[in-house]
Amino acid sequence: MAKGKLTFNENLCKGCGLCVAACPKKILELDKTRLNSKGYHPATCVNPDECIGCAFCATQCPDVVITVERF
Amino acid sequence: MAVVFEPTKGLTDKPFHYCPGCCHGIIHRLVAETLVDNDALETAVGVASVGCTYNSYEYIACDMVQAAHGRAPAVATGIKRNLKDSFVFTYQGDGDLASIGTAEIVHAAARSENITVIFVNNAVYGMTSGQMAPTTLVGQVTTTSPWGRDPSYQGYPINVSEFLSNLAGAAYVERVCVTDYKNIQNAKRAIQKAFNVQKNKLGFSLVEVLSTCPTNWGKEPLAAMDWLKENMEKQYPLGCYKGADITFDADGKYVSGAIPATSNNCVNVGEVKK
Ligand SMILES: Cc1ncc(C[n+]2csc(CCOP(=O)(O)OP(=O)(O)O)c2C)c(N)n1
Ligand code: SF4
Ligand code: SF4
Ligand code: SF4
Ligand SMILES: [Mg+2]
Repeated sequence: MAKGKLTFNENLCKGCGLCVAACPKKILELDKTRLNSKGYHPATCVNPDECIGCAFCATQCPDVVITVERF
Repeated sequence: MAVVFEPTKGLTDKPFHYCPGCCHGIIHRLVAETLVDNDALETAVGVASVGCTYNSYEYIACDMVQAAHGRAPAVATGIKRNLKDSFVFTYQGDGDLASIGTAEIVHAAARSENITVIFVNNAVYGMTSGQMAPTTLVGQVTTTSPWGRDPSYQGYPINVSEFLSNLAGAAYVERVCVTDYKNIQNAKRAIQKAFNVQKNKLGFSLVEVLSTCPTNWGKEPLAAMDWLKENMEKQYPLGCYKGADITFDADGKYVSGAIPATSNNCVNVGEVKK
């Protein structure tokens, strides 16, 4: 199974949660312990090892926060 | 390691001012990616309209102008007739296109003006705080239909794609949405098809994208996506309303399909003028 690696341009995130719902592996969450520079709880990956690099999250993101690599 | 998704060069570095979860950002990106895919970023001209996306010219990295409310198709007409080799598109909301701009869009389609319209239907006037639009659903609560839209008082919603597709000048009209991965890929395909239609001088093309306005709908972004699927898609079924049979080869050259027979920019059926 392919593996993915995510990079978040975190201060662009508006905490909308669309990526969280789009992820088939259910490994994205809004980090309720932190705020980004805009004052939103940013999306974060809680289990990077499970990522398959499908880019469903990045494709759904309205604010172009996520870059996805696959290996 | 291969990059499978990265920010497109078709967008500037300026962060979108749109509300969390608003589909405008996704739709901007699809337009921008299409310009890059077709190597058209340097030559394309976009026409921004009035609505939340009035300053989309700050985000999409091609040349853009901003038109008065509803007038984008008229402005695009002038640009396209002078810059025939440039891809010319408008980006318009439903308040802009289906209300104050009804005359412009109808006549641009009737003339088979060789432009592409990206029509973003979120069933409200988003920018001005959620008033009823011509596209507001029957029963939908807005700031100006606080008891829900009542057709006996406020009339029925306008199905823009359906009615424009009846005009002989409309070459390609399709309705899509961006609620999930599959639909986003499909929306991108539709925008690429519209690009090909214009490039081959086949005439007027319009892609209607059903969109959310979480803020004025009073819903969380995800709940707004669900509301769109459950309600908007019933009133506004997805699909191709004109030009479904138009095909292109791998280089984007017109191959077959019914197209408007005559118009100032267009061609005789089956024969593409250069
Ligand atoms: C001539 C004129 N009339 C009215 C307005 C006020 N106005 C600004 S945006 C808008 C409606 C925008 O709605 P829509 O096109 O659906 O865009 P959205 O914000 O929903 O994306 C209106 C009526 C204006 N700017 N100019
Ligand atoms: S790339 Fe796919 S698996 Fe990885 S976080 Fe994004 S949606 Fe989930
Ligand atoms: S979709 Fe984008 S903006 Fe929304 S929470 Fe995920 S990363 Fe943040
Ligand atoms: S008001 Fe509605 S359409 Fe405008 S940016 Fe906010 S969510 Fe999007
Ligand atoms: Mg609107």
